Amino acid sequence: MGLLEGKKLLVTGVLMDSSIAFHVARLAQQEGAEVVLTSFGRTMKITRTISRRLPTTPEVVELDVTSTDDLDSLADRLREHVDGLDGVLHSIGFAPPGAFNFLEGTWEDASTALQASAYSLKALAVAALPLMHEKSSLVGLTFDAQFAWPVYDWMGVAKAAFESTNRYLARDLGPRGVRCNLVAAGPVRTTAAKSIPGFETFENTWGERAPLGWDVRDAEPAARACVALMSDWFPATTGEIVHVDGGVHAMGQ
Amino acid sequence: MAQDEQQVLSGLAEIVNEETGVDAADVQPDKSFTEDLDIDSLSMMTIVVNAEEKFGVTIPDDEVKNLTTVGDAVKYIQTAQG
Repeated sequence: MGLLEGKKLLVTGVLMDSSIAFHVARLAQQEGAEVVLTSFGRTMKITRTISRRLPTTPEVVELDVTSTDDLDSLADRLREHVDGLDGVLHSIGFAPPGAFNFLEGTWEDASTALQASAYSLKALAVAALPLMHEKSSLVGLTFDAQFAWPVYDWMGVAKAAFESTNRYLARDLGPRGVRCNLVAAGPVRTTAAKSIPGFETFENTWGERAPLGWDVRDAEPAARACVALMSDWFPATTGEIVHVDGGVHAMGQ
Repeated sequence: MAQDEQQVLSGLAEIVNEETGVDAADVQPDKSFTEDLDIDSLSMMTIVVNAEEKFGVTIPDDEVKNLTTVGDAVKYIQTAQG
């Protein structure tokens, strides 16, 4: 029996087949889950095409996490495809180019990053909540926000807010039996990563610092952790951040 | 099966037209996707994904930045088809 047999999952953030979310959807289907994807605007077309590369072609619903209309209608639109949800993957982030210059970044740059990349975790959770069963699991993807990184800048600040949002969601959704956890992945060469100017600076050093080594082309380790957190095998874990980074977070120099 | 240059070009022009509305006749080998055809990165991704489906090839993300002109893409697809 698969790890997610009979479970129904909402997976955001599938853009290309290099996306971590694509691998989460793929592994989840292989483990027995039924998956619904979200996408929005001009990326809908790409997501639909890429979704046909999954073992089973899933439904794709429109969701801009910064749109109140989209969020308010999400549960009803999802009901057309599933009668409930056992898991939700948040794999969404956006920051304007100006946000990747810390001292020059404007409030507009920073607030856009915070809304799309941090507040959106709460927004998605609340929008999906009417469908979420007891013992369901919300999982998000972060990039370890304990540190100031090269080039990450306001996106790093947004990730710190994202990690805090996860803890508050754990507090408020725990009584409903919903778990909220994050996977702090090492750098993976996805479309999102390539849109960060200077992403190579992470790529080059990560593998050398990671006791287990690290392959920036391999999204599967992070995806596996997301699948595990959505399974029944972390029943008492919430507000947690699981590092899937080859061990870098635990090392000194 | 490998297609000739003209077949790949016209197939690619169809994809570009569908995504961007650019006249298929304007999609010529010497045209730059960004400079001449005014195609942004998101449209380029859509075109690449659709070209992969249509021509049965894989165009790795790292390769896309080397495909400056329509001719570069046609050549890449033909080579990838073997």
